[in-house]
Amino acid sequence: MPESAVGSGAGSGDVLVMVGTTKGAFLFTSGPERGEWQVDGPHFPGEEVYALALDQRGSGPVLWAAPGNAFFGTTLRRSRDLGASWSDKDERPVKFPEDSGLSLKHIWQIAPGPAADPDVMYLGVEPSCLFESRDGGTSWGPVQGFLEHEHRERWTPGNGGLCLHTIVQHPDDREKMLVAFSTGGVYSTEDGGASWRPRNVGVRTEFLPDKYPEFGQCVHKVVNHPSRPERLFLQNHWGLYRSDDWAESWQDIANGVPSDFGFCMAMHPHDPDTVYIVPMESDMFRCCPEAKMRVYRTRDGGASWEPMTEGLPQEDAYETVLRDALTTDTGAPAGVYFGTRSGKLYASADDGDSWMLVQDGLPPVVCVKAGVLA
Amino acid sequence: MSVTVVVPGPLRDLTDGRSTIGLEVAQGTVGEAFDELRRRIPSLYDRIFTEQRELRPHVNVFVSGADIRWSGGLQTPMDADAEVVILPSVSGG
Repeated sequence: MPESAVGSGAGSGDVLVMVGTTKGAFLFTSGPERGEWQVDGPHFPGEEVYALALDQRGSGPVLWAAPGNAFFGTTLRRSRDLGASWSDKDERPVKFPEDSGLSLKHIWQIAPGPAADPDVMYLGVEPSCLFESRDGGTSWGPVQGFLEHEHRERWTPGNGGLCLHTIVQHPDDREKMLVAFSTGGVYSTEDGGASWRPRNVGVRTEFLPDKYPEFGQCVHKVVNHPSRPERLFLQNHWGLYRSDDWAESWQDIANGVPSDFGFCMAMHPHDPDTVYIVPMESDMFRCCPEAKMRVYRTRDGGASWEPMTEGLPQEDAYETVLRDALTTDTGAPAGVYFGTRSGKLYASADDGDSWMLVQDGLPPVVCVKAGVLA
Repeated sequence: MSVTVVVPGPLRDLTDGRSTIGLEVAQGTVGEAFDELRRRIPSLYDRIFTEQRELRPHVNVFVSGADIRWSGGLQTPMDADAEVVILPSVSGG
């Protein structure tokens, strides 16, 4: 069990792992070796925290969190002292326009914008929409081209709600961005958000009569690497895919995995061919196949996948890892982290080769984010 | 007319810790009281109502002991010196 510590005790070179749960957020810190962890929390006790972010583009690290509950809605909070304090609870800057007919349910993703422009940020929210801030997160508005998309009435919610959970930016072209949501699939813009078109060619839907519709896919996560941004990896609600042309088309890469059903996917911080997933048995039994807790890793862009098992339970592991509960830090070798619905947080400090249980007994984990403090 | 709004514990950090808010409203419906509350403390209003000005599904409002969902919604009439009680519902896990 980690010792209790305040998040603000961390400094440059330390590693911060932010864990969002259905009952609050927890901040784990470690030195660069990532062998011993200290925990601080819960922050926002009793509130669901579906989205967290560490933004290091400005003069100092800023933590972002989106706590909320079923009673009184979702807020957006920030901390400039690594969680020692958070911005006022009365700030409610994320709202749909009254004439949209929509009301905010959850914030599912907080994405710092381009490195060169630290005032730009994005949010993915439920019901599916992309919000943008151009003043460092003080004020927000929906991206109008997405809010008014002609397909909106035909997007339908999955079990988690109609959530826009994935925002993929193109590091070399600010006009290009890709989002993914359930259900609807992948959409992209090449004109800075003015227009959006579905990018789901080759991605199947097991839950519709038409297995390859233009849109309506239940995409669970999409990742890419900034050194090779046109190549994308996608974990679908059944299906594991790669695109080499910025989502113009997708190819099946479920090669050697026990199931291609899953939620989460994470990119290696330094190798554009290395990706991590945690397969689930099926949509009807959303637990690790054969009750073995295995993270699968590809090092060849999806041509093959290998199970990472050292330090992970290989029997009676009826675990579920949700779409935002797997992540990597920027260390070398990479730190890899995931949290389970049963409240366990696992960490690897060696690219996923071996794992340690950092903490058990957390509330159900819905979000894990990590970074090395600058 | 004077109306007293009773604020639930989880929202009192939006009222500087006060458990009640006194409002002066011209007309006698609970909707009028909430319009005034929105002017006075918009952040508190936002926790009770959605962007569409709909009562959040897991928040209950009682006027003179009656749940307004069954007594006329925002058109529920209020007597002078009425008490409007806001409470989170029994839900969650």
